[in-house]
Amino acid sequence: MQHKENSLVLIDASRLIIEGMACAGADSFIGYPITPANLLYLYASKRFPVMLPAPDEITTLQWMAGLSAAGKLPITATSFPGFALMIESINMAFMMELPMVIILAQRLGPATGTATCGAQGDLLLLRGLISGGHQIPVICLSDFADCWNLSAKAVHIANKYRTPVVIVTSKEMVMTQRSFDINLLEEINPVNRKFYNSEQAYIPYNPENNLIPEFLPLGNQKHQVRISASTHDNKGILQHTSDQAMENTIRLDRKIIYNLDEFTYYDLIEEKKADTIIVSYDITAASAREARELLKKKNINVSLLIVKTLIPVPNIYYEILARYNKIIIAEENVNGQLGKILFGEHKHKNIINIGSIGKMVSPLEIIKEVNV
Amino acid sequence: MKNILNTQELPFCKGCGHDLIAKSTAAALEKSGCSPLDIILVTDIGCHGIIDTSFNTHTIHGLHGRSVSLGVGISLGLNNSDKKVIVFTGDGGATIGLQHIMEAARLNINMTIVIHNNMLYGMTGGQTSGLTPQGFNTTTAPSGNTFEQYDICGLAHTAGASYISRILGIGNIADKLAEAINTNGCSVVEVIELCPGYGMKLNPKRKLAEILESSGKSEGIWTNNRLPFAVDIKEEPTSLLKNLKAIEIIDKPQLKSSYTVLLSGSAGEGVQTAANILAITAVSSGYHVTQKGSYPVTVGVGFSTAEIIISPNEILYHGMTIPDIAIITSQDGLNHSKKRINLMNNGILMIDSSLSAPQTGARVYNIDFRSIGVKSASMFSLFYFSEISKILPHAAIFKAIEQHGDAHKIPLDKIKEIFRFDVL
Ligand code: SF4
Repeated sequence: MQHKENSLVLIDASRLIIEGMACAGADSFIGYPITPANLLYLYASKRFPVMLPAPDEITTLQWMAGLSAAGKLPITATSFPGFALMIESINMAFMMELPMVIILAQRLGPATGTATCGAQGDLLLLRGLISGGHQIPVICLSDFADCWNLSAKAVHIANKYRTPVVIVTSKEMVMTQRSFDINLLEEINPVNRKFYNSEQAYIPYNPENNLIPEFLPLGNQKHQVRISASTHDNKGILQHTSDQAMENTIRLDRKIIYNLDEFTYYDLIEEKKADTIIVSYDITAASAREARELLKKKNINVSLLIVKTLIPVPNIYYEILARYNKIIIAEENVNGQLGKILFGEHKHKNIINIGSIGKMVSPLEIIKEVNV
Repeated sequence: MKNILNTQELPFCKGCGHDLIAKSTAAALEKSGCSPLDIILVTDIGCHGIIDTSFNTHTIHGLHGRSVSLGVGISLGLNNSDKKVIVFTGDGGATIGLQHIMEAARLNINMTIVIHNNMLYGMTGGQTSGLTPQGFNTTTAPSGNTFEQYDICGLAHTAGASYISRILGIGNIADKLAEAINTNGCSVVEVIELCPGYGMKLNPKRKLAEILESSGKSEGIWTNNRLPFAVDIKEEPTSLLKNLKAIEIIDKPQLKSSYTVLLSGSAGEGVQTAANILAITAVSSGYHVTQKGSYPVTVGVGFSTAEIIISPNEILYHGMTIPDIAIITSQDGLNHSKKRINLMNNGILMIDSSLSAPQTGARVYNIDFRSIGVKSASMFSLFYFSEISKILPHAAIFKAIEQHGDAHKIPLDKIKEIFRFDVL
């Protein structure tokens, strides 16, 4: 993006996230402020065509669902205590297949925890978010470029696959200021919203080949629209466990996985002779990148995988990791959540988790494990 | 025009009060001249919630107690008073979503909320609800409910809805519903009805009018003369990247590797502002910079700490365990940063002269940072930082202050006098 004037500024990632999403076509923001998502809320209040302050987080998600059903692309930003209140309604939006994006800025838990301390403690929650074990896309931001590009992509994913999408980030990402050249930002394409426009009666949950049904907003003058959060057939009619309804419920699970290749995002640096790979995400990605650079200066070659599509887990991650004898996973929690998502509860000798709470994982902690 | 209902055989038990409400709502909409595709019926969980399939309108069937807030979202999204958003909820949904009803009323959202109040939870087995009158029998209070009930109409009226009515669910109620539907803004109708499955069986011989009267309530209409909510849409919002103050690079970096600065003081000493000015100074001197603040949730009291990393190379990890220089302007700042100062084996500690330096391997400077006023203590310390560390020149700090736009809050004359500056 070319800005005429001098383009070196001191900014925080919250600004890039909100601007990126607005450029991508998100048109409304509903929210209730919570640390560390307050900057996102503040910027959203200036930037989105529609900004509505909700009295709580359940209302937030319900209003978003209403706006989405009426044809808008709504966004919110929160942290665990608010996110917890949203969960039933996120399930609703998932079942109804309503596009929206929820930004989850992680902070130290459990419960209220420490509002002004970062953490990466919500990944397991995100994996178990939907009753039935279905998955909604969870996209994680590892640096300022991601805050811009992937936040915009999240809006596209929500629209294209008719689903709520979670962007996961954390306090140290969204509240830290950095010197940054805004000329480095790539142009963002806005979503091209297409609604069902055939003359034939609209069947709201009748999937196309990619398992996604076409969308049509409530209130349109042409076709009746039926939307339901209860078990339903492809017409949106409540059913107990009819074949058609079960088919629809299974489709909801399959549609995300089926289209996963189209929203698989990661950074990979592979060193030819490397035996070890460092895996990280979110704020710890910076430490992992720095650790790799410091090691390289000492002629120690390690590979690096920064995962950005966290849920569902793309198969390519396993293909990459299978090439290494030692896997080091670094994240800011004490139970190795990404490790558990990737490899389950079973402890593998060649998989090492580096964790931390109350402070970021430092590059030196990662280097120590590489050198063991 | 298509009928609003696609069947007269509704999915309720024989004699259920919901039947009359659904048919009367449909009749009211037809009388009001609404076509089915101008209507969005929002349903909740409860027996009344399965009615959506009998309507030819747009329908959306959501979560228990949330139909009102879902309806608010739809009304806001459509932002079109020609569209009728009709929300059905029960007495159970009304208490789960009490806040949603209050919010719809407070904002006076264009919509009609029909509360199916059969005074107990029909779908789950006839238990007492928050709208069960005292003395009314339920399966969980077989000898009469002892709890006081909500006055849902009173609450909605106080909250500000344009139109509120309480009606008995007998006879012709279509006209009364039509009045609500044709109101501009939020209308709330509480229909008192009976569930034959539980309510009638457990309260034989009682009549609706008598039940209502003995609960101390009556039918009625209440109004607030208010305009409906209209969504404020920003036509052309400005990009968040426009009008950012770009920083001009006026110097080449002198440092060969990164340098870490810890500023720690109390809220109200301008720590975060000083940190920002230091960060701008460093950027203008050709460095990569990160700046992060740390303070308790109460921003107006307690410690206020900032960490700034200045580096000739791109900064990835922005954490800081042991700083190269610690600048402490108050006791709060010292308490918060003491551990890190203890860990310093070298580097510089600049500490306000009112405080005693903790154990440290850093070179200690005692300076009266607070002499030009507590509010400027942190800002003042930057000039000593510049003098002592020689990393960033005074002139660059002055330029950054100008750029930051807070110059008027800083006693620059005094600072110049103390340092005998010959700049600007
Ligand atoms: S159980 Fe009661 S409320 Fe439910 S349909 Fe039957 S009569 Fe109506």
